[in-house]
Amino acid sequence: MQNSKYKSLSKQLAPKTPILRNCVVAFLVGGLICVFGQFIQNIFLKHFNFTAETVGSPTVAVLIFIAALLTGLGVYDKLGQFAGAGSAVPVTGFANSITSAAMEHRSEGLVLGVGGNMFKLAGSVIVFGVVAAFFIALIKTLWGMF
Amino acid sequence: MKNKVGKQTLKFSNVSILSSSSVVGEMEAQGPLTKEFDELYDDQYMGKDSWEKAELFLLERSLDIAIKKANLSKTDIDYYLAGDLLNQNISAGFSARTLGQPFLGIYGACSTSMEGLTIASTLIEGGFGKYAMAAVSSHNATAERQYRYPTEYGGQKPVTAQYTVTGAGAVIVSTVPSNIKVTYATIGKIQDLGIKNPFDMGSAMAPAAADTIAVHMRDTGRQPSDYDLILTGDLASVGYPIVKELLKRDGIILGTEYNDCGLLIYDRERQQVFAGGSGCASCATVTYGYVMNQLSKKKLNKVLIVATGALLSPVSYMQGESVPCIAHAVAIERKEN
Repeated sequence: MQNSKYKSLSKQLAPKTPILRNCVVAFLVGGLICVFGQFIQNIFLKHFNFTAETVGSPTVAVLIFIAALLTGLGVYDKLGQFAGAGSAVPVTGFANSITSAAMEHRSEGLVLGVGGNMFKLAGSVIVFGVVAAFFIALIKTLWGMF
Repeated sequence: MKNKVGKQTLKFSNVSILSSSSVVGEMEAQGPLTKEFDELYDDQYMGKDSWEKAELFLLERSLDIAIKKANLSKTDIDYYLAGDLLNQNISAGFSARTLGQPFLGIYGACSTSMEGLTIASTLIEGGFGKYAMAAVSSHNATAERQYRYPTEYGGQKPVTAQYTVTGAGAVIVSTVPSNIKVTYATIGKIQDLGIKNPFDMGSAMAPAAADTIAVHMRDTGRQPSDYDLILTGDLASVGYPIVKELLKRDGIILGTEYNDCGLLIYDRERQQVFAGGSGCASCATVTYGYVMNQLSKKKLNKVLIVATGALLSPVSYMQGESVPCIAHAVAIERKEN
């Protein structure tokens, strides 16, 4: 059997990905995480000495801490299976990717195990984040010159 | 060549199964076959400090139980054949260190169980020894680390993904007669129809299973209906209907006798295992637990076990290679002495 024919046969018999369900759940859970972030931010603004400019860092730190804790408790991967991009895209997903990799490689030692592997998944986010930021900044600068 | 029939099938006349064993983890213990296994463990770590050690523990338990059930001691084993899914077959190699008997490490991914049983039977049939033991192991967490993401990573798996079985199974074959015989083994050829998705092993492996089943029927002159049970290793809900369809196009009709270990071991309604079970232990624990029990109880008389393996590596699929797959079939029959 030809590869292309087999691909269409296996596609025809394979279970369908629930794309609509995944999109709706990702939207709702991702949105709820952001609402929760806003809630934390409001608390910092109201009860602590933060301004609109400085409140971002402690808010993100709290979200990262909670995501790391939930990862350690074995909850975040279950949320991830349920919510998909909804829990992967916010900063909590980034924290989960680092914490889970650190936990996974703990048995290989602290330096080469945890240290060498904890950015295994998050590394590409950082690399492409920096590269993208560079090009956006470049475009913005060039735009301003003309 | 008196012991070869057709192109790919070995015929055995003097190979009996003396004993078999299966040990599993928590998810499998919660599944529908829970009563068929020798030992159940509800701790993913099995009290060890790494998952790799936990998998080794399971494999060693399966060896000890199989040896004990056959009323043998470790030193009676002439050959030990084993394989697993980890880099450099470490579970197999480390278990052989504990066993201390002549050892052949083998790798056929999830087809290793029947690859091992085939080679063990060949050694016994050839008169090279009296007792040969074949075993495999897999562990959900070690397989996740080996092939996919960290276990606690919150990625969403697609519906075609499979859940690696945590467990180990062992079998001892011998010239000493018993009621359960290994009669045929069909050694498969690699089939690769260009599937590249590492989360869709069912589609990738189905052509290999279909080819080996078709060759087995042709070589032995048998029909699928001659068997009480034809069991593929870990095609799960994706590969199962594809095998039926592929064989139908070849004029071979698989009826109710056909099932899949990856579908039997879990309750997919109740347990989150996606398409079903996979891993070396999927075929091994179901065959060496459930199937052997059914043969002993005379509820089954003639079974064909078709273990399927996807011979990919994390490097190969990242480099865009498709997944070469293989399936080996072994016929196990109940024959009163």
